[in-house]
Amino acid sequence: MKKNSTKKSGSKLSRKQKSSLEVALIYLILGLVFVVIFYPLLWAFAISMNTSTNLYSASLSPENWSLDNFVWLFTSPRSDYLLWYRNTLFVSTVVTVVTTTVVSFTAYAFSRYRFKGRTNGLYAFLLLQMFPVLMAMVALYILLNTVGLLDNLWGLILIYIGGGIPMNAFLVKGYLDTLPRSLDESAKMDGAGHFRIFFQILLPLAKPILSVVALFNFMGPFMDFILPRIVLRSPENFTLALGLYNFVNAQFSNNFSRFAAGAVLIAVPIATVYLMLQKYLISGLASGATKG
Amino acid sequence: MATNENQNQPSQTRIKDMNHSPKKAMLLSIIPGMGQIYNKRKIKGIAIFILFAAFAFVMFEFAAAGLQGLITLGNEARVDDSRVFLIEGILALLFTIFYAAFYWFNIQDAKVEAQKIRNGWKPGSVMENFHNSWDTAFPYVMIGPGFALLIFVVILPLLFMGFLAFTNYNLYNAPPRNLLQWVGFENFIRLVTLSEWRDTFVSVLSWTLTWTFVATTLSISLAMFLAILTNDKRLKGKKLIRTVLILPWAVPGFVTIIIFSALFNDNFGAINNDILQPLFNTTIPWMTNVMWSRIAIIMIQVWLGFPFVYALFSGVLQGISSDWYEAADMDGASRWQKFTNITFPHLMFATGPLLITQYTFNFNNFNIIYLFNEGGPAVRGQNAGGTDILISWVYNLTFTNSQFSMAAAISLILGIIVATFAFFQFRRSSSFKEEGNN
Repeated sequence: MKKNSTKKSGSKLSRKQKSSLEVALIYLILGLVFVVIFYPLLWAFAISMNTSTNLYSASLSPENWSLDNFVWLFTSPRSDYLLWYRNTLFVSTVVTVVTTTVVSFTAYAFSRYRFKGRTNGLYAFLLLQMFPVLMAMVALYILLNTVGLLDNLWGLILIYIGGGIPMNAFLVKGYLDTLPRSLDESAKMDGAGHFRIFFQILLPLAKPILSVVALFNFMGPFMDFILPRIVLRSPENFTLALGLYNFVNAQFSNNFSRFAAGAVLIAVPIATVYLMLQKYLISGLASGATKG
Repeated sequence: MATNENQNQPSQTRIKDMNHSPKKAMLLSIIPGMGQIYNKRKIKGIAIFILFAAFAFVMFEFAAAGLQGLITLGNEARVDDSRVFLIEGILALLFTIFYAAFYWFNIQDAKVEAQKIRNGWKPGSVMENFHNSWDTAFPYVMIGPGFALLIFVVILPLLFMGFLAFTNYNLYNAPPRNLLQWVGFENFIRLVTLSEWRDTFVSVLSWTLTWTFVATTLSISLAMFLAILTNDKRLKGKKLIRTVLILPWAVPGFVTIIIFSALFNDNFGAINNDILQPLFNTTIPWMTNVMWSRIAIIMIQVWLGFPFVYALFSGVLQGISSDWYEAADMDGASRWQKFTNITFPHLMFATGPLLITQYTFNFNNFNIIYLFNEGGPAVRGQNAGGTDILISWVYNLTFTNSQFSMAAAISLILGIIVATFAFFQFRRSSSFKEEGNN
């Protein structure tokens, strides 16, 4: 790039000038992009620190900042925030434990065994991965209603687990495929059984991907809004995302600063985790799925 | 073990049993287990027989009643719940399919084993056989729980939705008060012939396709532009720049969309009040005008969608060898030529299938449509809002209008479109080819 032999007109200095002009232009563009990225985030943060609950009279200057909204969320008897937090934690924990277990079994079988129906099973998983559970929402609504699991956290948990299996199984299978087969073959020679090979050899090696899957599934319910919206009805069953949405939805301008405060409390830890693990997450996602 | 090794030694003559007939084994297998007994594997045969008989005995009534219910959908209103009939019918159908599949496997197994015997194979001792069947069964045991969950949570609802599309379930004809009827393709026919449905369907479908194409392509282009900019060698602080550019992806989507919908609010949103009003002395009806709503939603989606693609792209760009560019410089290639001949092909080759998932994702991106202004603003003469895409329309039909069958029919159309996308992705993705060779 530096040696552009075809151009003879420009002297050394002017080429240098041109280059620094270009760099300045790049910084300018990036600066604009930064403003667009930070503006809504900082605005929401400022609102969350604002004492007045009304958007009309909201002033964004830091002089009037206070933590009132945060305090309200945790202490007011009218706030369900802690209850929602508990619901979400419950859903997340059950989903994480069950999914990670089931998925590691499934992935182990698909990665290490050649059995009849394996290829078809993989195709089925690939295909099901393309269809979000959401697409069947009419059916889910009616089904859950018929079996009495509507407005029930267990109904939500079931859908999360089932819907996540294909994608997560693929992630883990892909990772297991990269582990050398000689490991389990030598263990087999030594007389180790199927379960022993799985638990004592492969599982410890698969820890990195299993932690990513666990983390994903744990954070999922904190960020998902749609499925709770379809399944849950009464405020005492809400998860965080749905509860916060209702702050905004019920009386838009009145509770927005409380929504912002609650949202900051979710967004900051999640964004931190995402940014710290971005390499892992993106290469993981790159093997066949998108964040939904 | 011993028998296996003998088999592999060519020096030892195999005793071929030409009288042992695979055909006979297959015919006998019409009663499950008999073929295996004929193959001198008595315990296996008896076990198979007992399993098949037990399942047939226990499940026959359920399966028969279920399948019959699937045809009639109930006889007496208020007593029979057609939805339950549908669910039980689907379960019965799934059970029957599995039973038939296992029946077929049983016949195949008898045949294969008989052929092996014919070629001189001898079944081992009971313990050995038990061991071998554990080896064979193990992977199925492992995928069992996941598979069962998939059937009940994913496949059952999808089938239920498929069946629902051919019934007349709506607000006025809803179980348990009324019985459902099979109406064939009527829902689909109404969708394209009745003007009130057709107009909405056509406008929602065309907006869905436009939205998918424009929002995704813009995100990808912006991501590509920024990835190339930030790959410049002269730039300092790249790590920080990359982190900031990925930030919108890291913040939970529902939070940012709600924030944006407040920012874009017609009356007190900051974009109108703090930016447009002071600078240009004008305001824009972001929420109430269809065109402006659409523009706002596309802009928000670009904000939300570019970071992930950006991260992918900058990963690929860092991996392109600088030899390519040096060679191009030697030949005196212009920047544009370098982009079209080196950078662009590299990016597309490495991320092609993933970009297709970006399109499918936006095609079904319910979150942004619903959280921005619930698909609004309302449009005269339509039962869908101006920014409603197919999936949010389905949501409205289900939860606001109780038009369940119509919602299912539209979901089915959605499914077919997604399946087409999926097909193209399958053909291109390398994992597909890899697996295909196994």
